[in-house]
Amino acid sequence: MQTRRLNSTQLAGYIFISPWLLGFFLLTLWPIGQSFYLSFTDYSLLSEPVWKGLENYERIFGQDETFVKSLKITFTYVFVSVPFRLVFSLLVAMLLVKSLRGMNLYRTLIYFPSLVGGSIAVSVLWRNMFGVDGYINAILAWFGIEGRGWISHPDTALWTLVVLNIWQFGSMMVIFLAGLKQIPQELYEAAAVDGARKMQQFFRITLPMLSPVMLFNIILGVINAFQMFTPAYIVTPRPGGPMQSTYVYAVFLYEKAFKHFQMGYASALAWILLVIVALLTALNFFASRYWVFYESGSERGGR
Amino acid sequence: MTARRSRWISHLVLIAFSFIMIYPVLWWIGASLKPVEEMTLPTIWPKTPMWENYIEGWKFSSKYTFGHFFLNTLLMEVANVIGGVVTAAIVAFGFGRLEFKLRGLWFSILLLTIMLPTQVTIVPQYILFNNFRLTDSYVPLILPHFLGGGAFFVFLLVQFIRGIPRDLDEAAKIDGASVYGIFARVIFPLLKPGLVTVGIFTFIWSWDDFFAQVLYLTSIEKFTVSLALRMFVDQFEIQWGYLLAMSLVSVMPSTIIFFLAQKHFVEGIATTGLKG
Repeated sequence: MQTRRLNSTQLAGYIFISPWLLGFFLLTLWPIGQSFYLSFTDYSLLSEPVWKGLENYERIFGQDETFVKSLKITFTYVFVSVPFRLVFSLLVAMLLVKSLRGMNLYRTLIYFPSLVGGSIAVSVLWRNMFGVDGYINAILAWFGIEGRGWISHPDTALWTLVVLNIWQFGSMMVIFLAGLKQIPQELYEAAAVDGARKMQQFFRITLPMLSPVMLFNIILGVINAFQMFTPAYIVTPRPGGPMQSTYVYAVFLYEKAFKHFQMGYASALAWILLVIVALLTALNFFASRYWVFYESGSERGGR
Repeated sequence: MTARRSRWISHLVLIAFSFIMIYPVLWWIGASLKPVEEMTLPTIWPKTPMWENYIEGWKFSSKYTFGHFFLNTLLMEVANVIGGVVTAAIVAFGFGRLEFKLRGLWFSILLLTIMLPTQVTIVPQYILFNNFRLTDSYVPLILPHFLGGGAFFVFLLVQFIRGIPRDLDEAAKIDGASVYGIFARVIFPLLKPGLVTVGIFTFIWSWDDFFAQVLYLTSIEKFTVSLALRMFVDQFEIQWGYLLAMSLVSVMPSTIIFFLAQKHFVEGIATTGLKG
Protein backbone atom coordinates (compact mmCIF):
# COMPACT_ATOMS: atom_id res chain seq x y z
CA MET A 1 0.00 0.00 0.00
CA GLN A 2 2.69 2.41 1.08
CA THR A 3 4.65 2.05 -2.16
CA ARG A 4 1.58 2.49 -4.35
CA ARG A 5 0.69 5.75 -2.67
CA LEU A 6 4.26 6.91 -3.07
CA ASN A 7 4.14 6.09 -6.76
CA SER A 8 0.94 8.00 -7.27
CA THR A 9 2.39 11.17 -5.72
CA GLN A 10 5.58 10.59 -7.70
CA LEU A 11 3.50 10.59 -10.82
CA ALA A 12 1.41 13.55 -9.68
CA GLY A 13 4.60 15.52 -9.10
CA TYR A 14 5.74 14.91 -12.65
CA ILE A 15 2.28 15.65 -14.02
CA PHE A 16 2.28 19.03 -12.29
CA ILE A 17 5.72 20.05 -13.46
CA SER A 18 5.20 18.63 -16.96
CA PRO A 19 4.43 21.96 -18.69
CA TRP A 20 7.72 23.36 -17.51
CA LEU A 21 9.57 20.11 -18.18
CA LEU A 22 8.25 20.01 -21.74
CA GLY A 23 9.20 23.64 -22.27
CA PHE A 24 12.62 23.03 -20.79
CA PHE A 25 13.41 20.19 -23.17
CA LEU A 26 11.79 21.74 -26.22
CA LEU A 27 12.69 25.41 -25.86
CA THR A 28 15.84 25.39 -23.72
CA LEU A 29 17.85 22.17 -23.60
CA TRP A 30 17.35 21.06 -27.17
CA PRO A 31 18.10 24.56 -28.56
CA ILE A 32 21.28 24.79 -26.47
CA GLY A 33 22.45 21.45 -27.83
CA GLN A 34 21.34 22.32 -31.35
CA SER A 35 23.18 25.63 -31.31
CA PHE A 36 26.29 23.81 -30.11
CA TYR A 37 26.09 21.57 -33.15
CA LEU A 38 25.25 24.46 -35.50
CA SER A 39 28.20 26.46 -34.21
CA PHE A 40 30.45 24.02 -36.08
CA THR A 41 28.53 24.42 -39.34
CA ASP A 42 27.63 26.82 -42.07
CA TYR A 43 23.87 27.19 -42.17
CA SER A 44 21.70 29.72 -43.94
CA LEU A 45 18.26 28.21 -43.22
CA LEU A 46 17.73 27.52 -46.92
CA SER A 47 19.95 24.48 -47.35
CA GLU A 48 21.24 21.79 -44.99
CA PRO A 49 23.96 22.73 -42.48
CA VAL A 50 27.48 22.08 -43.77
CA TRP A 51 30.06 20.83 -41.25
CA LYS A 52 32.96 23.25 -40.93
CA GLY A 53 34.66 22.13 -37.75
CA LEU A 54 36.19 24.97 -35.78
CA GLU A 55 36.11 27.44 -38.64
CA ASN A 56 33.46 29.71 -37.13
CA TYR A 57 35.35 29.99 -33.86
CA GLU A 58 38.64 30.55 -35.67
CA ARG A 59 37.08 33.37 -37.66
CA ILE A 60 35.48 34.92 -34.59
CA PHE A 61 38.63 34.90 -32.50
CA GLY A 62 41.07 35.36 -35.36
CA GLN A 63 39.69 37.86 -37.82
CA ASP A 64 36.37 39.28 -36.75
CA GLU A 65 37.02 42.84 -35.65
CA THR A 66 33.33 43.44 -35.11
CA PHE A 67 33.31 40.69 -32.50
CA VAL A 68 36.10 42.30 -30.52
CA LYS A 69 34.51 45.71 -30.90
CA SER A 70 31.02 44.64 -29.84
CA LEU A 71 32.42 42.71 -26.90
CA LYS A 72 34.31 45.80 -25.77
CA ILE A 73 31.20 47.95 -26.10
CA THR A 74 29.09 45.45 -24.19
CA PHE A 75 31.64 45.11 -21.39
CA THR A 76 31.91 48.89 -21.10
CA TYR A 77 28.14 49.14 -20.90
CA VAL A 78 27.86 46.40 -18.28
CA PHE A 79 30.74 47.50 -16.08
CA VAL A 80 29.75 51.14 -16.05
CA SER A 81 26.00 50.90 -15.74
CA VAL A 82 25.72 48.07 -13.21
CA PRO A 83 27.90 49.67 -10.48
CA PHE A 84 26.19 53.03 -10.97
CA ARG A 85 22.78 51.41 -10.68
CA LEU A 86 23.83 49.54 -7.55
CA VAL A 87 25.13 52.61 -5.74
CA PHE A 88 22.23 54.73 -6.89
CA SER A 89 19.53 52.26 -6.00
CA LEU A 90 21.05 51.58 -2.58
CA LEU A 91 21.30 55.27 -1.70
CA VAL A 92 17.77 55.99 -2.86
CA ALA A 93 16.43 52.92 -1.08
CA MET A 94 17.98 54.19 2.15
CA LEU A 95 16.14 57.46 1.71
CA LEU A 96 12.87 55.74 0.85
CA VAL A 97 12.94 53.33 3.77
CA LYS A 98 12.33 56.13 6.27
CA SER A 99 8.79 56.68 7.39
CA LEU A 100 7.85 60.11 6.18
CA ARG A 101 4.60 61.62 5.08
CA GLY A 102 4.05 61.30 1.32
CA MET A 103 6.54 58.46 1.01
CA ASN A 104 4.23 56.51 -1.28
CA LEU A 105 4.17 59.37 -3.74
CA TYR A 106 7.96 59.64 -3.75
CA ARG A 107 8.30 55.90 -4.29
CA THR A 108 5.83 55.98 -7.17
CA LEU A 109 7.54 58.91 -8.89
CA ILE A 110 10.97 57.33 -8.54
CA TYR A 111 9.83 53.87 -9.59
CA PHE A 112 7.74 54.94 -12.56
CA PRO A 113 10.63 55.32 -15.08
CA SER A 114 11.59 51.71 -14.42
CA LEU A 115 8.05 50.56 -15.12
CA VAL A 116 7.99 51.95 -18.66
CA GLY A 117 11.75 52.11 -19.25
CA GLY A 118 12.18 48.82 -21.10
CA SER A 119 9.64 49.74 -23.74
CA ILE A 120 10.41 50.91 -27.23
CA ALA A 121 8.38 54.03 -26.38
CA VAL A 122 10.98 55.25 -23.89
CA SER A 123 13.78 54.49 -26.34
CA VAL A 124 11.95 56.78 -28.74
CA LEU A 125 11.74 59.47 -26.07
CA TRP A 126 15.46 59.12 -25.38
CA ARG A 127 16.27 59.45 -29.05
CA ASN A 128 14.46 62.77 -29.11
CA MET A 129 15.85 64.10 -25.81
CA PHE A 130 19.49 63.41 -26.62
CA GLY A 131 19.32 64.40 -30.28
CA VAL A 132 20.91 67.57 -31.65
CA ASP A 133 17.64 69.44 -31.16
CA GLY A 134 16.78 67.69 -27.93
CA TYR A 135 15.90 69.61 -24.79
CA ILE A 136 18.95 68.22 -22.96
CA ASN A 137 21.09 70.53 -25.08
CA ALA A 138 18.90 73.49 -24.13
CA ILE A 139 19.42 72.71 -20.43
CA LEU A 140 23.17 72.26 -20.90
CA ALA A 141 23.28 75.65 -22.60
CA TRP A 142 22.15 77.27 -19.31
CA PHE A 143 25.37 75.98 -17.78
CA GLY A 144 27.44 77.12 -20.73
CA ILE A 145 28.03 73.61 -22.01
CA GLU A 146 27.99 73.36 -25.76
CA GLY A 147 25.37 70.96 -27.06
CA ARG A 148 25.85 68.27 -29.63
CA GLY A 149 24.02 65.31 -31.09
CA TRP A 150 24.65 62.95 -28.21
CA ILE A 151 23.16 59.94 -29.94
CA SER A 152 24.71 60.61 -33.34
CA HIS A 153 28.26 61.09 -32.12
CA PRO A 154 30.29 57.87 -31.71
CA ASP A 155 32.01 59.12 -28.55
CA THR A 156 28.81 59.76 -26.64
CA ALA A 157 26.18 57.45 -28.13
CA LEU A 158 26.87 54.58 -25.75
CA TRP A 159 26.71 56.90 -22.74
CA THR A 160 23.17 57.94 -23.54
CA LEU A 161 22.26 54.25 -23.27
CA VAL A 162 24.14 53.97 -19.98
CA VAL A 163 22.17 56.95 -18.64
CA LEU A 164 18.94 55.33 -19.83
CA ASN A 165 19.86 52.15 -17.98
CA ILE A 166 20.76 53.97 -14.78
CA TRP A 167 17.50 55.94 -14.93
CA GLN A 168 15.72 52.58 -14.55
CA PHE A 169 17.22 51.50 -11.26
CA GLY A 170 13.76 50.88 -9.79
CA SER A 171 13.64 47.10 -9.54
CA MET A 172 17.08 46.95 -7.89
CA MET A 173 15.92 49.67 -5.54
CA VAL A 174 12.75 47.85 -4.53
CA ILE A 175 14.80 44.74 -3.75
CA PHE A 176 17.20 46.79 -1.61
CA LEU A 177 14.21 48.42 0.06
CA ALA A 178 12.79 45.05 1.06
CA GLY A 179 16.23 44.00 2.30
CA LEU A 180 16.60 47.14 4.40
CA LYS A 181 13.24 46.53 6.03
CA GLN A 182 14.41 43.13 7.23
CA ILE A 183 17.39 44.47 9.18
CA PRO A 184 16.43 44.37 12.88
CA GLN A 185 16.26 47.87 14.35
CA GLU A 186 17.85 46.60 17.59
CA LEU A 187 21.18 46.35 15.79
CA TYR A 188 21.17 50.08 15.13
CA GLU A 189 19.97 50.88 18.64
CA ALA A 190 22.69 48.76 20.18
CA ALA A 191 25.28 50.35 17.92
CA ALA A 192 24.07 53.83 18.82
CA VAL A 193 24.32 53.01 22.53
CA ASP A 194 27.90 51.89 21.93
CA GLY A 195 28.55 55.28 20.32
CA ALA A 196 28.78 54.18 16.67
CA ARG A 197 28.36 57.04 14.22
CA LYS A 198 26.03 56.86 11.21
CA MET A 199 28.90 56.08 8.85
CA GLN A 200 30.10 53.24 11.03
CA GLN A 201 26.56 51.90 11.30
CA PHE A 202 26.32 51.89 7.53
CA PHE A 203 29.56 49.99 6.99
CA ARG A 204 29.25 47.67 9.98
CA ILE A 205 25.52 46.89 9.95
CA THR A 206 23.70 47.96 6.79
CA LEU A 207 26.19 46.74 4.22
CA PRO A 208 26.91 43.31 5.73
CA MET A 209 23.22 42.67 6.37
CA LEU A 210 22.39 43.65 2.80
CA SER A 211 25.20 41.71 1.18
CA PRO A 212 23.11 38.68 0.08
CA VAL A 213 20.65 41.05 -1.60
CA MET A 214 23.58 42.91 -3.12
CA LEU A 215 24.87 39.66 -4.62
CA PHE A 216 21.46 38.91 -6.11
CA ASN A 217 21.29 42.39 -7.65
CA ILE A 218 24.81 42.18 -9.05
CA ILE A 219 24.29 38.79 -10.68
CA LEU A 220 20.95 39.60 -12.29
CA GLY A 221 22.07 43.14 -13.15
CA VAL A 222 25.10 41.85 -15.05
CA ILE A 223 23.12 39.17 -16.89
CA ASN A 224 20.39 41.62 -17.88
CA ALA A 225 22.83 44.29 -19.01
CA PHE A 226 24.57 41.74 -21.21
CA GLN A 227 21.33 41.19 -23.12
CA MET A 228 20.56 44.86 -23.78
CA PHE A 229 18.89 45.13 -27.17
CA THR A 230 15.98 47.54 -27.59
CA PRO A 231 17.83 50.80 -26.76
CA ALA A 232 20.77 49.95 -29.02
CA TYR A 233 18.29 49.15 -31.75
CA ILE A 234 16.05 52.20 -31.37
CA VAL A 235 17.74 55.07 -29.53
CA THR A 236 20.79 55.32 -31.70
CA PRO A 237 20.16 55.75 -35.42
CA ARG A 238 20.52 52.58 -37.46
CA PRO A 239 20.87 49.46 -35.31
CA GLY A 240 24.23 49.78 -33.66
CA GLY A 241 24.58 53.54 -33.73
CA PRO A 242 27.04 55.92 -35.34
CA MET A 243 30.19 54.07 -36.49
CA GLN A 244 28.78 51.01 -34.72
CA SER A 245 29.53 52.63 -31.37
CA THR A 246 26.50 51.00 -29.72
CA TYR A 247 26.78 47.70 -31.57
CA VAL A 248 26.25 45.61 -28.45
CA TYR A 249 26.54 41.84 -28.46
CA ALA A 250 22.80 41.16 -28.68
CA VAL A 251 22.43 43.37 -31.76
CA PHE A 252 25.54 41.82 -33.33
CA LEU A 253 24.18 38.30 -32.81
CA TYR A 254 20.72 39.28 -34.01
CA GLU A 255 22.04 40.77 -37.24
CA LYS A 256 24.38 37.86 -37.94
CA ALA A 257 21.52 35.40 -37.53
CA PHE A 258 18.50 37.18 -38.92
CA LYS A 259 19.87 39.79 -41.32
CA HIS A 260 22.80 37.92 -42.84
CA PHE A 261 21.31 34.49 -42.09
CA GLN A 262 24.63 33.10 -40.88
CA MET A 263 22.98 30.78 -38.39
CA GLY A 264 26.11 28.74 -37.72
CA TYR A 265 28.20 31.79 -37.01
CA ALA A 266 25.48 33.26 -34.81
CA SER A 267 25.25 29.98 -32.89
CA ALA A 268 28.95 30.15 -32.17
CA LEU A 269 28.41 33.71 -30.91
CA ALA A 270 25.56 32.44 -28.73
CA TRP A 271 27.78 29.81 -27.18
CA ILE A 272 30.51 32.32 -26.50
CA LEU A 273 27.91 34.51 -24.80
CA LEU A 274 26.78 31.55 -22.69
CA VAL A 275 30.33 30.86 -21.58
CA ILE A 276 31.00 34.52 -20.75
CA VAL A 277 27.82 34.88 -18.71
CA ALA A 278 28.43 31.57 -16.93
CA LEU A 279 32.00 32.58 -16.08
CA LEU A 280 30.96 35.98 -14.78
CA THR A 281 28.21 34.42 -12.66
CA ALA A 282 30.58 31.77 -11.30
CA LEU A 283 33.12 34.49 -10.55
CA ASN A 284 30.47 36.44 -8.68
CA PHE A 285 29.52 33.44 -6.60
CA PHE A 286 33.14 32.64 -5.91
CA ALA A 287 33.99 36.20 -4.88
CA SER A 288 30.85 36.32 -2.73
CA ARG A 289 32.51 33.97 -0.24
CA TYR A 290 34.76 36.81 0.75
CA TRP A 291 32.24 39.58 1.10
CA VAL A 292 28.73 38.20 1.52
CA PHE A 293 27.65 37.82 5.11
CA TYR A 294 25.12 35.14 5.99
CA GLU A 295 23.48 35.06 9.37
CA SER A 296 24.21 31.82 11.15
CA GLY A 297 21.81 28.86 11.39
CA SER A 298 18.73 29.51 13.49
CA GLU A 299 17.70 32.79 11.83
CA ARG A 300 17.62 31.37 8.34
CA GLY A 301 15.86 28.07 8.95
CA GLY A 302 12.40 29.62 9.21
CA ARG A 303 11.63 30.16 5.59
CA MET B 1 14.67 69.79 17.03
CA THR B 2 17.36 67.97 15.00
CA ALA B 3 14.95 65.16 14.17
CA ARG B 4 12.59 67.71 12.68
CA ARG B 5 15.37 69.34 10.73
CA SER B 6 16.61 66.06 9.31
CA ARG B 7 13.04 65.26 8.30
CA TRP B 8 12.89 68.50 6.34
CA ILE B 9 16.19 67.76 4.68
CA SER B 10 14.95 64.31 3.70
CA HIS B 11 11.83 65.85 2.21
CA LEU B 12 13.83 68.38 0.22
CA VAL B 13 16.21 65.75 -1.13
CA LEU B 14 13.33 63.47 -2.05
CA ILE B 15 11.35 66.21 -3.77
CA ALA B 16 14.38 67.29 -5.80
CA PHE B 17 15.25 63.74 -6.70
CA SER B 18 11.70 62.68 -7.60
CA PHE B 19 11.49 65.76 -9.80
CA ILE B 20 14.66 64.86 -11.70
CA MET B 21 13.49 61.28 -12.13
CA ILE B 22 10.01 62.11 -13.37
CA TYR B 23 10.89 65.19 -15.43
CA PRO B 24 11.52 63.32 -18.71
CA VAL B 25 8.06 61.78 -18.37
CA LEU B 26 6.41 65.14 -17.72
CA TRP B 27 8.26 66.61 -20.66
CA TRP B 28 7.15 63.68 -22.79
CA ILE B 29 3.49 64.37 -21.95
CA GLY B 30 3.91 68.01 -22.97
CA ALA B 31 6.02 67.23 -26.03
CA SER B 32 3.34 64.91 -27.38
CA LEU B 33 1.26 68.06 -27.86
CA LYS B 34 4.02 70.23 -29.26
CA PRO B 35 4.89 71.31 -32.76
CA VAL B 36 8.39 70.19 -33.75
CA GLU B 37 9.92 73.67 -33.25
CA GLU B 38 9.03 73.67 -29.56
CA MET B 39 10.51 70.24 -28.87
CA THR B 40 13.95 71.75 -28.44
CA LEU B 41 12.70 73.58 -25.34
CA PRO B 42 12.83 72.01 -21.89
CA THR B 43 9.45 73.56 -21.04
CA ILE B 44 6.59 71.19 -20.49
CA TRP B 45 3.43 72.78 -21.78
CA PRO B 46 3.22 73.96 -25.42
CA LYS B 47 1.95 77.44 -26.32
CA THR B 48 -0.91 75.96 -28.30
CA PRO B 49 -1.49 72.26 -27.66
CA MET B 50 -1.70 70.31 -30.89
CA TRP B 51 -4.27 67.62 -30.21
CA GLU B 52 -4.02 66.59 -33.84
CA ASN B 53 -0.77 64.78 -32.93
CA TYR B 54 -2.97 62.20 -31.27
CA ILE B 55 -5.66 62.17 -33.93
CA GLU B 56 -3.31 61.96 -36.91
CA GLY B 57 -0.89 59.63 -35.12
CA TRP B 58 -3.72 57.26 -34.27
CA LYS B 59 -4.70 57.08 -37.95
CA PHE B 60 -1.19 55.69 -38.69
CA SER B 61 -1.65 54.71 -42.34
CA SER B 62 -4.38 54.50 -44.90
CA LYS B 63 -4.91 50.84 -44.10
CA TYR B 64 -4.46 50.49 -40.37
CA THR B 65 -5.10 52.62 -37.32
CA PHE B 66 -3.31 52.23 -34.03
CA GLY B 67 -6.48 50.58 -32.77
CA HIS B 68 -5.63 47.61 -34.97
CA PHE B 69 -2.19 47.21 -33.38
CA PHE B 70 -3.60 47.66 -29.90
CA LEU B 71 -6.13 44.94 -30.54
CA ASN B 72 -3.40 42.61 -31.85
CA THR B 73 -1.26 43.23 -28.80
CA LEU B 74 -4.11 42.92 -26.32
CA LEU B 75 -5.31 39.62 -27.79
CA MET B 76 -1.77 38.25 -27.60
CA GLU B 77 -1.56 39.51 -24.02
CA VAL B 78 -4.77 37.74 -22.98
CA ALA B 79 -3.26 34.45 -24.12
CA ASN B 80 0.11 35.21 -22.51
CA VAL B 81 -1.39 36.16 -19.17
CA ILE B 82 -3.70 33.13 -19.02
CA GLY B 83 -0.86 30.82 -20.05
CA GLY B 84 1.65 32.41 -17.71
CA VAL B 85 -0.62 32.43 -14.66
CA VAL B 86 -2.09 28.95 -15.05
CA THR B 87 1.11 27.08 -15.89
CA ALA B 88 3.15 28.93 -13.27
CA ALA B 89 0.56 27.93 -10.64
CA ILE B 90 0.48 24.29 -11.72
CA VAL B 91 4.23 23.90 -11.91
CA ALA B 92 4.77 25.79 -8.66
CA PHE B 93 2.36 23.45 -6.87
CA GLY B 94 4.37 20.48 -8.10
CA PHE B 95 7.63 21.93 -6.84
CA GLY B 96 6.26 23.51 -3.69
CA ARG B 97 4.07 20.69 -2.33
CA LEU B 98 4.73 17.32 -3.95
CA GLU B 99 7.54 14.88 -3.26
CA PHE B 100 9.02 13.19 -6.29
CA LYS B 101 12.32 11.84 -7.46
CA LEU B 102 14.92 14.36 -8.64
CA ARG B 103 12.78 17.27 -7.46
CA GLY B 104 15.82 19.09 -6.12
CA LEU B 105 17.70 18.66 -9.36
CA TRP B 106 14.82 19.90 -11.51
CA PHE B 107 14.29 22.87 -9.23
CA SER B 108 17.97 23.86 -9.47
CA ILE B 109 17.73 23.62 -13.24
CA LEU B 110 14.64 25.83 -13.15
CA LEU B 111 16.58 28.44 -11.19
CA LEU B 112 19.47 28.22 -13.65
CA THR B 113 17.18 28.86 -16.61
CA ILE B 114 16.21 32.19 -15.04
CA MET B 115 19.78 33.29 -15.60
CA LEU B 116 20.03 32.03 -19.16
CA PRO B 117 20.28 34.85 -21.72
CA THR B 118 17.57 34.71 -24.42
CA GLN B 119 20.13 35.04 -27.18
CA VAL B 120 21.64 31.66 -26.34
CA THR B 121 18.59 29.70 -27.46
CA ILE B 122 17.08 32.09 -29.98
CA VAL B 123 18.65 30.74 -33.18
CA PRO B 124 17.52 27.09 -32.84
CA GLN B 125 14.15 28.25 -31.46
CA TYR B 126 13.65 30.32 -34.58
CA ILE B 127 14.67 27.37 -36.77
CA LEU B 128 12.23 25.15 -34.87
CA PHE B 129 9.29 27.50 -35.35
CA ASN B 130 10.32 28.10 -38.93
CA ASN B 131 10.27 24.35 -39.64
CA PHE B 132 6.68 24.22 -38.42
CA ARG B 133 5.85 27.29 -40.53
CA LEU B 134 4.94 29.18 -37.38
CA THR B 135 7.01 32.30 -37.95
CA ASP B 136 4.98 35.41 -38.64
CA SER B 137 2.37 34.13 -36.21
CA TYR B 138 1.78 34.71 -32.51
CA VAL B 139 2.54 31.09 -31.63
CA PRO B 140 6.28 31.63 -30.93
CA LEU B 141 5.36 34.57 -28.70
CA ILE B 142 2.55 32.84 -26.81
CA LEU B 143 3.63 29.19 -26.59
CA PRO B 144 6.54 29.70 -24.15
CA HIS B 145 4.09 31.15 -21.61
CA PHE B 146 2.12 27.90 -21.70
CA LEU B 147 5.26 25.84 -21.23
CA GLY B 148 6.40 27.31 -17.94
CA GLY B 149 8.43 29.92 -19.82
CA GLY B 150 8.21 32.21 -16.84
CA ALA B 151 10.66 30.25 -14.70
CA PHE B 152 10.94 33.39 -12.62
CA PHE B 153 7.21 33.27 -11.88
CA VAL B 154 7.32 29.60 -10.96
CA PHE B 155 10.00 30.48 -8.44
CA LEU B 156 7.90 33.34 -7.10
CA LEU B 157 4.83 31.13 -6.63
CA VAL B 158 6.84 28.32 -5.04
CA GLN B 159 7.93 30.80 -2.38
CA PHE B 160 4.32 31.82 -2.01
CA ILE B 161 3.04 28.24 -1.70
CA ARG B 162 5.61 27.44 0.95
CA GLY B 163 4.02 30.18 3.05
CA ILE B 164 0.59 28.50 2.98
CA PRO B 165 0.15 26.28 6.08
CA ARG B 166 0.28 22.55 5.35
CA ASP B 167 -2.53 21.94 7.86
CA LEU B 168 -4.95 23.05 5.15
CA ASP B 169 -3.72 20.31 2.81
CA GLU B 170 -3.97 17.75 5.61
CA ALA B 171 -7.53 18.76 6.42
CA ALA B 172 -8.57 18.47 2.78
CA LYS B 173 -6.83 15.09 2.54
CA ILE B 174 -8.79 13.79 5.53
CA ASP B 175 -11.94 14.97 3.78
CA GLY B 176 -10.95 12.73 0.89
CA ALA B 177 -9.46 15.23 -1.55
CA SER B 178 -6.83 14.02 -4.03
CA VAL B 179 -3.70 16.05 -4.83
CA TYR B 180 -5.57 17.55 -7.75
CA GLY B 181 -8.46 18.48 -5.47
CA ILE B 182 -6.05 20.04 -3.00
CA PHE B 183 -4.50 22.09 -5.78
CA ALA B 184 -7.77 23.20 -7.33
CA ARG B 185 -9.78 23.87 -4.17
CA VAL B 186 -7.23 24.73 -1.50
CA ILE B 187 -4.01 26.10 -2.94
CA PHE B 188 -5.15 27.78 -6.15
CA PRO B 189 -7.69 30.07 -4.45
CA LEU B 190 -5.17 31.01 -1.75
CA LEU B 191 -2.57 31.85 -4.38
CA LYS B 192 -4.64 34.73 -5.72
CA PRO B 193 -2.37 37.61 -4.64
CA GLY B 194 0.63 35.81 -6.12
CA LEU B 195 -1.26 35.12 -9.32
CA VAL B 196 -2.13 38.79 -9.69
CA THR B 197 1.56 39.66 -9.43
CA VAL B 198 2.46 37.03 -12.02
CA GLY B 199 -0.29 38.28 -14.34
CA ILE B 200 0.87 41.90 -14.09
CA PHE B 201 4.50 41.12 -14.76
CA THR B 202 3.68 38.75 -17.60
CA PHE B 203 1.60 41.49 -19.17
CA ILE B 204 4.20 44.24 -18.86
CA TRP B 205 7.21 42.15 -19.80
CA SER B 206 5.65 40.61 -22.88
CA TRP B 207 4.30 44.03 -23.92
CA ASP B 208 7.90 45.27 -23.88
CA ASP B 209 9.46 42.15 -25.38
CA PHE B 210 10.55 43.89 -28.55
CA PHE B 211 13.28 41.35 -29.35
CA ALA B 212 10.86 38.43 -29.83
CA GLN B 213 8.26 40.56 -31.61
CA VAL B 214 10.68 42.03 -34.12
CA LEU B 215 12.03 38.56 -34.78
CA TYR B 216 8.81 36.65 -35.30
CA LEU B 217 6.23 39.09 -36.68
CA THR B 218 6.88 40.29 -40.21
CA SER B 219 3.58 41.27 -41.82
CA ILE B 220 2.16 44.66 -40.84
CA GLU B 221 -1.28 43.18 -40.40
CA LYS B 222 -0.01 41.22 -37.38
CA PHE B 223 2.16 43.97 -35.88
CA THR B 224 2.08 44.79 -32.20
CA VAL B 225 2.10 48.33 -30.84
CA SER B 226 5.90 48.22 -30.40
CA LEU B 227 6.44 47.21 -34.01
CA ALA B 228 4.09 49.92 -35.24
CA LEU B 229 6.12 52.47 -33.28
CA ARG B 230 9.27 51.16 -34.86
CA MET B 231 7.78 51.82 -38.30
CA PHE B 232 7.41 55.47 -37.31
CA VAL B 233 11.07 55.53 -36.30
CA ASP B 234 12.22 53.94 -39.54
CA GLN B 235 10.71 56.65 -41.69
CA PHE B 236 13.14 58.93 -43.46
CA GLU B 237 11.79 62.02 -41.75
CA ILE B 238 10.49 61.13 -38.30
CA GLN B 239 7.14 62.71 -37.44
CA TRP B 240 8.09 63.46 -33.87
CA GLY B 241 4.71 64.83 -32.82
CA TYR B 242 2.81 61.72 -33.87
CA LEU B 243 5.55 59.43 -32.65
CA LEU B 244 5.78 60.88 -29.14
CA ALA B 245 1.99 60.99 -28.85
CA MET B 246 1.55 57.36 -29.88
CA SER B 247 4.48 56.13 -27.81
CA LEU B 248 2.86 57.78 -24.79
CA VAL B 249 -0.41 56.01 -25.61
CA SER B 250 1.52 52.74 -25.90
CA VAL B 251 2.67 52.83 -22.27
CA MET B 252 -0.85 53.58 -20.99
CA PRO B 253 -1.92 49.95 -20.41
CA SER B 254 1.13 49.24 -18.24
CA THR B 255 0.69 52.52 -16.41
CA ILE B 256 -2.97 51.94 -15.65
CA ILE B 257 -2.26 48.43 -14.38
CA PHE B 258 0.56 49.77 -12.26
CA PHE B 259 -1.64 52.29 -10.52
CA LEU B 260 -4.50 49.83 -10.04
CA ALA B 261 -2.28 47.17 -8.50
CA GLN B 262 0.58 49.09 -6.99
CA LYS B 263 0.61 47.07 -3.80
CA HIS B 264 1.01 43.74 -5.57
CA PHE B 265 3.69 45.24 -7.67
CA VAL B 266 6.08 46.25 -4.97
CA GLU B 267 5.40 43.12 -2.95
CA GLY B 268 5.96 40.98 -6.02
CA ILE B 269 9.40 42.37 -6.72
CA ALA B 270 10.33 42.19 -3.06
CA THR B 271 9.26 38.56 -2.72
CA THR B 272 11.10 37.39 -5.79
CA GLY B 273 14.21 39.16 -4.71
CA LEU B 274 14.36 38.14 -1.15
CA LYS B 275 12.62 35.06 0.02
CA GLY B 276 15.16 32.75 -1.56
